[in-house]
Amino acid sequence: MVRINRRRLLQLSGAGAATAAAGGLAGILASSRAPAYGQTTNLHWVRWSDYVPASDQLLRNKIVPDGEKALGIKIQFETINANDIQARVTSSIQSGSGPDIIMAVNNWPQLYATSLADVSDVAEEIGNAQGGYYDMCKTVGIYGGKWIGVPWAIGGGLVVYRKSWLAEAGYEKFPVTWDQWHDAGRKLKAAGHPIGQTLGHTFGDASGFWYPYLWSWGGKEVEADGKTVALNSKETIESVKFAVPFWNDCCDPGGLAWDDSSNNRAFLSGTISATNNGASIYLEAKKKPDMYLTDKGTAMKDDISHAPLGTGAGGHFALPGPFIDMVMGYSKNQKAAKDFLRWVHSKPVFEEWFTSQQGYTDGATKYWEKDPVWDKDPVMLPFRDLPNSARLMGYAGPPNQKAAEVQTKYIIVDMYAKAVQGMPAEDAVKWATGELTKVYA
Amino acid sequence: MTFTTVAAPRSYARTPRRGPVTRLLEDERWLAIVLLLPTVVLLGLFIAYPFIKGIMLSVTDTKVGVPGHFVGLQNFVNVWHDGIFRVAVWNTCIYTAIATIFKLALGLWLAVLLNNNFKGKAFTRAFILLPFIIPTVLSTLAWKWMFDPTFSVINWGLYRLGIIDHRINWLGDPDLALISVIIVNVWRGVPFFAISLLAGLQTISPELHEAAAIDGARAWQRFRHVTWPLLLPVTLVVMLFSVIQTFADFQLVYVLTGGGPANATQLFSTYAYQIGIGTGLLSQGATISLAVFPVLLVVVIVQLFYIRKAETH
Repeated sequence: MVRINRRRLLQLSGAGAATAAAGGLAGILASSRAPAYGQTTNLHWVRWSDYVPASDQLLRNKIVPDGEKALGIKIQFETINANDIQARVTSSIQSGSGPDIIMAVNNWPQLYATSLADVSDVAEEIGNAQGGYYDMCKTVGIYGGKWIGVPWAIGGGLVVYRKSWLAEAGYEKFPVTWDQWHDAGRKLKAAGHPIGQTLGHTFGDASGFWYPYLWSWGGKEVEADGKTVALNSKETIESVKFAVPFWNDCCDPGGLAWDDSSNNRAFLSGTISATNNGASIYLEAKKKPDMYLTDKGTAMKDDISHAPLGTGAGGHFALPGPFIDMVMGYSKNQKAAKDFLRWVHSKPVFEEWFTSQQGYTDGATKYWEKDPVWDKDPVMLPFRDLPNSARLMGYAGPPNQKAAEVQTKYIIVDMYAKAVQGMPAEDAVKWATGELTKVYA
Repeated sequence: MTFTTVAAPRSYARTPRRGPVTRLLEDERWLAIVLLLPTVVLLGLFIAYPFIKGIMLSVTDTKVGVPGHFVGLQNFVNVWHDGIFRVAVWNTCIYTAIATIFKLALGLWLAVLLNNNFKGKAFTRAFILLPFIIPTVLSTLAWKWMFDPTFSVINWGLYRLGIIDHRINWLGDPDLALISVIIVNVWRGVPFFAISLLAGLQTISPELHEAAAIDGARAWQRFRHVTWPLLLPVTLVVMLFSVIQTFADFQLVYVLTGGGPANATQLFSTYAYQIGIGTGLLSQGATISLAVFPVLLVVVIVQLFYIRKAETH
């Protein structure tokens, strides 16, 4: 029996083939590990728990097993609450161990850029094959000229509203300008059907409304240099001044404490007439037509439609969140992870998942605008064009760590919340500008 | 006369030879070290190491995945000038002070009630522990539903009783939001006070009460001059634990309000989490967490001083 000391064992266990060459059969036995060519690579993929549960089931029961067969690897697929992903990423990076691939939302890849693997080859290949990525995917997915993640899809919100109640308020189509919003909202609230919008500290819906609202008035956080704070402007003050009567006259006051699921519950229970949200409300109503009914007893799904957020002097915008698969820098399986991403992002595989979403998300590339999924349900069609009106937090600067800090501290959201709670508009803007100045210092 | 045979003691030479470890442990100093070692290791791993790591992080500019450089006390200066941090400090102090006062008052009241003999005493004692036993996140989610502006059962009840004619915005109004999180904290913390103080009450000899009663002391006088002085050391210890736990509370506020609306319920811990995890600024998150330390240290020293004084007295 060949005697192997500790150092030798470590060397040998690093590569089974080398073990075989150096120590022969005895070496392999001593290392208690099969040679590399006999091992199965284990990949650990973490994603959020999807708002369309059928998509997670498809991944778990069909796509992941298919991937294991196609690539000869073992995949541990895990879904967690979106709010917990950042804690998971942080602990994994700091400890240098954890999942091989983690799905990020919003601008998160920019926060962890130096701890992620370069996946330029895969991202370029997928992007070129599928008509090119949207600009927002490039902005979030590229750091220092390299792709730090492979864009998967884009999720975002539109205004979901009750057609019949809008018609009773005199609007056959959802209002376009903010003045029309105010007029319609006042009538709706008077009829007992207020607009529902969160002004609380919550992950998606608060920023999803108030950032585009600010931009639509022409307001912005910083100049394009990403340093000069530009919040304290006539446009921002106007937006805050308008927000106060709009809130009081049109909105459900409970929104100050809502989280991301509160408006779903309020809408489906018939308490509110409109809210900015992903398509999850409509998809839920569609899934259970007998459960969610209008006051006339008809299926609520038939009374639901979607519209873009209001238009102001600055235009109309949305704040969608790109979903990006990050290969972690500490991963020992980077090649296998990239092979898997190349496979799972390919047209035939991704199409299965994309179809299961029923329009809840857009593809990361323009190719998916032509997918037949958009022909199936006209109520979902407005989501197709969402990426084209997209801006990212931190506008007009990059969606970097500073922008994330502003968002994490809810400075923009709280600017409006403070005004709604009685602070003069100028003071609220001044407070927010002061906070932004400290962040961007 | 009876003779008993006494077995001769075995000679020393015939006893089995003791090993070096046994001989070492016969020395009390070494035995003490060995017995203390597991505790020292556990405290070192789970208390000292994170604390020292936190201090080291707070004097650098470390971000997630980016090793930091030494920046001295710059993070503390930044935090000091941070308006949201100051709001968090104020909220934490108010939250801790009011919650602790109510927990003490209600806990003491409950303990005195439970110290009496009544039917179903054992069941009641076990039952009141429920808020303390249920995982905080679960019970807080239930409270979130009860405070929900649209579906609040509290509002429904008050409305049906004719007490209110419009919905109360429990978590949406800044003042009510802070009051709401305090209510939940009190609800969760009262059983800990009640059971601990009940244990303290049961150590007080009934003879003392009987003697006081014979001397003509009324119920309140007996409580004021007999029960309270004897219960004081236990009360102070319970308060010490409670203040530390309440000061560092996280789950409850994170689930109920996330620190909102407009930072009205932002606490040290929720803000530290936002900055450290949400933004990836680990050093600043650690700095905010460490800022609790001097405040807590003063509170602990003052309370320990009083505990010692009460025990000596």
